[in-house]
Amino acid sequence: MRDFDYSRPTSLADAAAAFANGGEAAFIAGGHTLLPAIKSRLRMPDTIIDLSAIPGLTGVSREADTLWVGAMTTHAVVALEAGVISGLAQMAALIGDPQVRNRGTIGGVIANNDPSADYPAALVALDATVETDRASYAADDFFQGMFSTALADGEIVTRIGFKIPQASAYAKFRNPASRYAVAGVFVARFGSAVRVAVTGAGPAVFRWPEAEAALSADFKPAAVAGLRLDDSDLNTDIHASAEFRAHLVGVMLAKAITDAR
Amino acid sequence: MQTRLTINGTDHSRDVAPATLLVDLLRDELGLTGTHIGCDTSQCGACNVLVGGEAVKSCTILAAQVDGKAITTIEGIASGETLHPMQAAFREHHGLQCGFCTPGMVIAGLEIVRRHGTDVSAETITHDLEGNLCRCTGYVNIVKAIQAGARAMGEQAHA
Repeated sequence: MRDFDYSRPTSLADAAAAFANGGEAAFIAGGHTLLPAIKSRLRMPDTIIDLSAIPGLTGVSREADTLWVGAMTTHAVVALEAGVISGLAQMAALIGDPQVRNRGTIGGVIANNDPSADYPAALVALDATVETDRASYAADDFFQGMFSTALADGEIVTRIGFKIPQASAYAKFRNPASRYAVAGVFVARFGSAVRVAVTGAGPAVFRWPEAEAALSADFKPAAVAGLRLDDSDLNTDIHASAEFRAHLVGVMLAKAITDAR
Repeated sequence: MQTRLTINGTDHSRDVAPATLLVDLLRDELGLTGTHIGCDTSQCGACNVLVGGEAVKSCTILAAQVDGKAITTIEGIASGETLHPMQAAFREHHGLQCGFCTPGMVIAGLEIVRRHGTDVSAETITHDLEGNLCRCTGYVNIVKAIQAGARAMGEQAHA
């Protein structure tokens, strides 16, 4: 790999200072997106700032109706410890493979906002709050487009607060090689209000208002059986056409409703 | 930069370039070539090692990221001339043909035992091998080997 400087600061302030002084700088969490991107020269940072030695950025804890997950918490830990939101634990267990889940982190995923990543759907469906070293964002505002978020240069995600629903599930049709979502749907029911977030299918995560309205009236697959997602803004690539993705989203939605608990 | 690692129980201190991957440190600097590089894109699992007891893909970790940690590679699991039960099970059940993926498969087997215990089902093993590729065997004997190795580890623990 192309060489770079590396530091492992022990406070958020030192990490932010290192970023500001670093030329083309990049934070590293688990590194399972950044390092492949560097290998393929999609990213060419001069400085890498490792966030793993900063205290207080890991772990899962409940505070009233919110489940807080530290930004450096691995997918393996979320899969084990986020069971109070069954869809969230289930989603984390579907990311990558066991070895990847031992390294990859929630903060790294959401800061990158890959259009096929799983976590953005969970954050949006669970009406999550993203806290950083300088601000707080609603998930609906945080994800802004393909690989684009509300984060400013050098801003560090510290923790994510998920609203605890009555029922939730995530259903994913995944690429068998990369294990990323070709289409993924996260459903969460809060009382009679239902939120539906779709990932993998479009340029970035989005909600499906027609499905939310239908499911808020009747939380059953039959309630959305006649709905079809408009495919005009969906992705077409070597893995799937927009038309196929629109169909998959409907299938995944029905599965998620059935699996919700 | 100076990087200190405990590898298979032995302390090492090496001056490595920050961009050095853990797998390259193991293979090129320390001569531990049992850890293989298959895809180099964190898909195939041939580079699996244990960091602090957890299996990770060493092609997608900087050596600097695991500074101060304990690493176990395939070279570190036998006791002298006596194979680890998971290794012995791969031999007994013909869990390999060319052998290229085998070090990563054995480490994945240890990870499966860590997370699911020694009485693990073939179904769970099959599911949890999703991050390891074998192009020879069709996986059937690998699953048998990991299940037998897990059982043997359980028997060894209770002996």
